[in-house]
Amino acid sequence: MAQSHDAYYVPHGSHWPIVGSIGLFSTAIGAANWMNGSTSLMAAPLFYLGLVIIAFMMFGWFGTVIRESVAGNYNKQVDVSFRMGMMWFIFSEIMFFGAFFGALFYARMFSVPWIGGEGHGGLTNYFLWQDFTPSWPTNGPGNIGGTFETIPAWHLPLVNTLLLLSSGVTITLAHHALRAGYRRALLVWLGATVILGASFLYFQATEYLEAYQHLNLTLGSGIYGSTFFMLTGFHGAHVTLGTIMLIVMWFRCAKGHFTRNDHFGFEAVAWYWHFVDVVWLGLFVFVYVL
Amino acid sequence: MAHAAVHDTHDTHDHKPQGFLHRWLFTTNHKDIGTLYLVFALIMFFTGGSMAMIIRAELFEPGMQLVQPEFFNQMTTVHALVMIFGAVMPAFVGLGNWMIPLQIGAPDMALPRMNNWSFWILPFAFLLLLSTLFMPGAGPQGGWTLYPPLSLQGSNSIAFVILAIHMMGISSIMGAINIIATILNLRAPGLDLLKMPIFTWSWLITAFLLIAVMPVLAGAVTMLLTDKYFGTSFFNAAGGGDPVMFQHIFWFFGHPEVYIMILPAFGIVSEIIQTFSRKPLFGYQAMVYALASIAFLSFIVWAHHMFTVGMPLGGEIYFMYATMLIAIPTGVKVFNWVTTMWEGSLTFETPMLFAIAFVILFTIGGFSGLMLAIVPADFQYHDTYFVVAHFHYVLVTGAIFAIMAATYYWLPKWSGNMYSERWGKIHFWMSVISVNVLFFPQHFLGLAGMPRRIPDYNIAFADFNMISSIGGFWFGASQLLFVGVIVHAVYFSKNRATSKVWEAAKGLEWTVPSPAPHHTFSTPPVIDDSMLAHGDVSH
Repeated sequence: MAQSHDAYYVPHGSHWPIVGSIGLFSTAIGAANWMNGSTSLMAAPLFYLGLVIIAFMMFGWFGTVIRESVAGNYNKQVDVSFRMGMMWFIFSEIMFFGAFFGALFYARMFSVPWIGGEGHGGLTNYFLWQDFTPSWPTNGPGNIGGTFETIPAWHLPLVNTLLLLSSGVTITLAHHALRAGYRRALLVWLGATVILGASFLYFQATEYLEAYQHLNLTLGSGIYGSTFFMLTGFHGAHVTLGTIMLIVMWFRCAKGHFTRNDHFGFEAVAWYWHFVDVVWLGLFVFVYVL
Repeated sequence: MAHAAVHDTHDTHDHKPQGFLHRWLFTTNHKDIGTLYLVFALIMFFTGGSMAMIIRAELFEPGMQLVQPEFFNQMTTVHALVMIFGAVMPAFVGLGNWMIPLQIGAPDMALPRMNNWSFWILPFAFLLLLSTLFMPGAGPQGGWTLYPPLSLQGSNSIAFVILAIHMMGISSIMGAINIIATILNLRAPGLDLLKMPIFTWSWLITAFLLIAVMPVLAGAVTMLLTDKYFGTSFFNAAGGGDPVMFQHIFWFFGHPEVYIMILPAFGIVSEIIQTFSRKPLFGYQAMVYALASIAFLSFIVWAHHMFTVGMPLGGEIYFMYATMLIAIPTGVKVFNWVTTMWEGSLTFETPMLFAIAFVILFTIGGFSGLMLAIVPADFQYHDTYFVVAHFHYVLVTGAIFAIMAATYYWLPKWSGNMYSERWGKIHFWMSVISVNVLFFPQHFLGLAGMPRRIPDYNIAFADFNMISSIGGFWFGASQLLFVGVIVHAVYFSKNRATSKVWEAAKGLEWTVPSPAPHHTFSTPPVIDDSMLAHGDVSH
């Protein structure tokens, strides 16, 4: 941190980006072949190989950055660039979820009522779907996927809401401990956050099992099943990623990578965790309660 | 650390020679990455262009001559995807990479390694996309907009196309994050936002649009993927979904995407016109606010792409008027370009010729856009060649002409050599005449009712199609001149460029030597307002 503002930092070249591209390429080819029913080595095995390459790339790339950071190569300006990068990345994630929330709102406000003959959908209903009465939840006039029941909002989803909200508190307490220089408290609160996140994932998995085994609520349950599983599924994937990031941060804290005033890696994960938290509140209200 | 140097922990760039692969694969240098983007865009321009040649060859005469309808449909679909995501967008990102750090006095992009990754995803993404043309069951045939149910009824290659689009999206988002962080964080001290060069401004706003809408496209194509392979019903009315919902989500991405491909062009043309008019840009601040207004409006007009789909009347009327509002900030821009030239001391070097052609021909495309915005008129024009003519006027004589203008304008700075003005002008005149022969008759074809995306047509449309095809081959051949001029300038020209290159060029990029050294602005430059194009905007 000895550098003043008039010193610029430009990192040296790196082979990790091209490794990452090869990883993405393998993952994409493998996934596409797999989805199309191929059982060859170019399908599932290539997909997993790609994921391994991406994980390897992230391990190496982040490792390089951490080494450079701990060595004190980065100045204030680099720190600000990292912050902006993370903020705009989270903004892009919000827009990604926006697409699926948009699909949910569109289905509930427009497409389902229109199929039922409301608004300007009268003729559609008359000629194609005469017996359909619009309601929510629904799997549409074709009863796609068969009759199903929904997850009651005030059971597991409520527990999960409380878990995630508490985890938002614990990570803030961890941050306060970090800023105050109390490493033991930091590790306790951060560890608590990891446990809360993992508990959330456990209950989410329980809920999915319940839905598939007892409620006949599946990804194929018409528009309700589609929006339910895609929204909660992508959210769950983000919680999984966030939890992994929290675990990495726990080890980095334990190794003493962070100082009271310089711990952007921790803060970035905290931002990400709060983002995941806020998305869940939207899910709880619009997917489960309403 | 007052001596202030670039801190390059393993600085191999300056001290020992590197292998070719090492340099281009691992680079963190914004100029190298900018060059990679530009070369890639040029290759994709010719790839997409050869598909356009196939389309025009088949449409030369009525009847089926050269290709099967299935192949024709693949050509229209992949031509669009390649030109949008492979040629125009990477070309602008390449220009941004090269010029933004030079224009704001930064040593490089803010996140140089991520910058490298943004580029190196692209060749793999396009390998994936283009490989679908050779797959059993063929490539995508449903148009670049991928509307369901048609796009889901084609071959299995749709999975490859969608994952290729995901990779392009990852690349675009990372590139855009990098540009925003660079502009907001790495400007030289004293270079206030409202002193920034207008090209940098245009990219700041474009990058915001990219981050806002590329994830929405990712969401839309993900839903397509799950509808096809995992049994969801997003776009299936029997399950309570709606195919029209895809169009809404897609165009929520798609309309800002259109402006992603034109706002940097506005920036380029503004730079060039002020240089060759030897006057500061007229109404610089108004130009910035117009860019921002256009970007804002782009989020609230998307359904004008789907007037005939069966929307409620209130929606049609709202989207019609909202769309027409865009004419106001766009009008401000065209007015200010003209007013910048007014009473200027004009010279007509190749970049200026392309910029003036842009102003005139883009405006034609803008006017046909206004015609399309009128709901009852659009019922007639929708999905006809009128639409094809409209968006090729804004994308070819708009975006592509601006990219060519920028190439001629900054090539001396990149290569250190002047291009051949004589051959540049020949390239310009061949292009500008042939492009109008190519696209202007398509307005008439569309008004007469010829639909888009068909390999055969009524004999009544024969003459204009033949003229259009001749223009197409002529335009395509003319672009070989472009490559010739560039190769000559980079490798063979003996005509060295000065630092300033153009007599009235203003801005930081003209204070560094030509060719720009591998590292520039290792220390932040001291800003002297008089050397900026917009140094004194307080008046």
